[in-house]
Amino acid sequence: MDAPVIDVAGLTKAFDRSRAVDGISFQVRRGELLGFLGLNGAGKTTTIAMLLGLIAPTAGTVRILGQPMPDRRRDILARVNFSSPYVALPYDLTVRENLTVFSHLYGLAAPRRTIADLSELFGVAHLLDRRTGSLSSGETARVNLVKAFLNDPDVLFLDEPTAALDPEAADTVRSLLLRLGRDRGLTIFYTSHNMREVERLSSRIIFLHRGRIIADGPAAQVVRDYGKSDLEEFFVALARSEREARV
Amino acid sequence: MSWRRIWALNLRQLYVMRRSFARITDLFYWPFVDLFFFGFLSLYLARREGAAGIVAVLLSALILWDVFFRVQHGISISFLMELWTRNLVNLFVTPITVREFLAAMMVWGLIKISITATLMTALAYLLYRFNLFMLGPSLVPLAVALIVFAWAVGTVVTALILRYGQSVEVLAWSLPFLFQPFGAVFFPLSVYPAWLQGPLQLQPLPHIFEAARALVAGRPLPLDRVGWAFLLDAAYLAAAFAFFGHMFSLARRQGLLLKVQE
Repeated sequence: MDAPVIDVAGLTKAFDRSRAVDGISFQVRRGELLGFLGLNGAGKTTTIAMLLGLIAPTAGTVRILGQPMPDRRRDILARVNFSSPYVALPYDLTVRENLTVFSHLYGLAAPRRTIADLSELFGVAHLLDRRTGSLSSGETARVNLVKAFLNDPDVLFLDEPTAALDPEAADTVRSLLLRLGRDRGLTIFYTSHNMREVERLSSRIIFLHRGRIIADGPAAQVVRDYGKSDLEEFFVALARSEREARV
Repeated sequence: MSWRRIWALNLRQLYVMRRSFARITDLFYWPFVDLFFFGFLSLYLARREGAAGIVAVLLSALILWDVFFRVQHGISISFLMELWTRNLVNLFVTPITVREFLAAMMVWGLIKISITATLMTALAYLLYRFNLFMLGPSLVPLAVALIVFAWAVGTVVTALILRYGQSVEVLAWSLPFLFQPFGAVFFPLSVYPAWLQGPLQLQPLPHIFEAARALVAGRPLPLDRVGWAFLLDAAYLAAAFAFFGHMFSLARRQGLLLKVQE
């Protein structure tokens, strides 16, 4: 069996007196499309930030593509990419300028061709000379995905990749991600609050609650284990029990 | 160290500048305002007091001060631009290292001051017949010493913004001016009270500006002043890098890289 692409052991992050992430361990294999789920404040963003080396863990280890993070941060990040609707590309540059800057940051051999090819693939070729700040949220999401594929990553971290898209555009992006994941053997680690999307896309889900993993496996199995009809019902039930616990 | 990644961050700044009237104006607006003010003031003083050399003293000090201010400003503003456009996370999930990030900001400071200093020097010659290059090649080590100290101050300002967020961004404009009254910029060190002169010489600026005044007066470059300036520069730059490194580690521990641009 292949070595895990993502190998997390006892990962913990404490801020002041609260534990945002509490000793989680998991592995992700090459080609897996993992839905990383949880209610707001469950610790998803903190976990992804630790996997990307943006936040230092309080305890535990992270290995990406067999290399320790953050010790081999530069080597890892050359083969990884990230996209989030909450992290913007500079609005005052054109799409082409932004993609050119990131092409140089990733050391691409043929930036122009790569940008042209990926822009075609994601349907944003006609936007290349527009100011990034003038794009609609759907167009911005697709441009962010072009940025995320620039370095032909082995691992892609996507934070709510279809959050800003209309249903048709979201469906196109989902199909593209499925195809690219399959064709390139890409490992995709993504978060979403759209449970139907998660059921359609994911080969596996990890459900995080109060910084701990409470479910790990194929979506259908998790739903079955908890006696629910689908993932949406599982999510809603958890959210309601959380709200009642607070009251 | 990858020069291509350093170039990438400078390319980003150049893209912004080439179509932004405000950014282009920023290169010369305040320097020109200063030059008009100090130039005519020094002409007036020269006529009234009969101090013919005052134009050269004030204008050389002004242009050298701008080298310090603009380089520092260039570093801090290029960092703030990444915060204002919420791009910091995008940058730090690429293979760019902290060293390359700092180096890119320093190079940008150099690019900006090359343009501004050229424009100021040309205008000073056109308006007042003051030729900065009459000071000769001795001017080069003084400019280099100023640039290195500006890198150190800019790095400290950037580290503080990283730690405390955009609420302290005003430091990018205000902190360098703290050095102006205490750096013997426009007047000699001997003007200060005797007890203050020693402590003030623990920063490079008094050494650099004393040396510049010696050149303007037609004396040889005081090498002891230049030596002290570079020695202090090295100490301040090393301390600034260590401070930035410490703040960056703190930012990673406290999750500030995500929060600072919110």
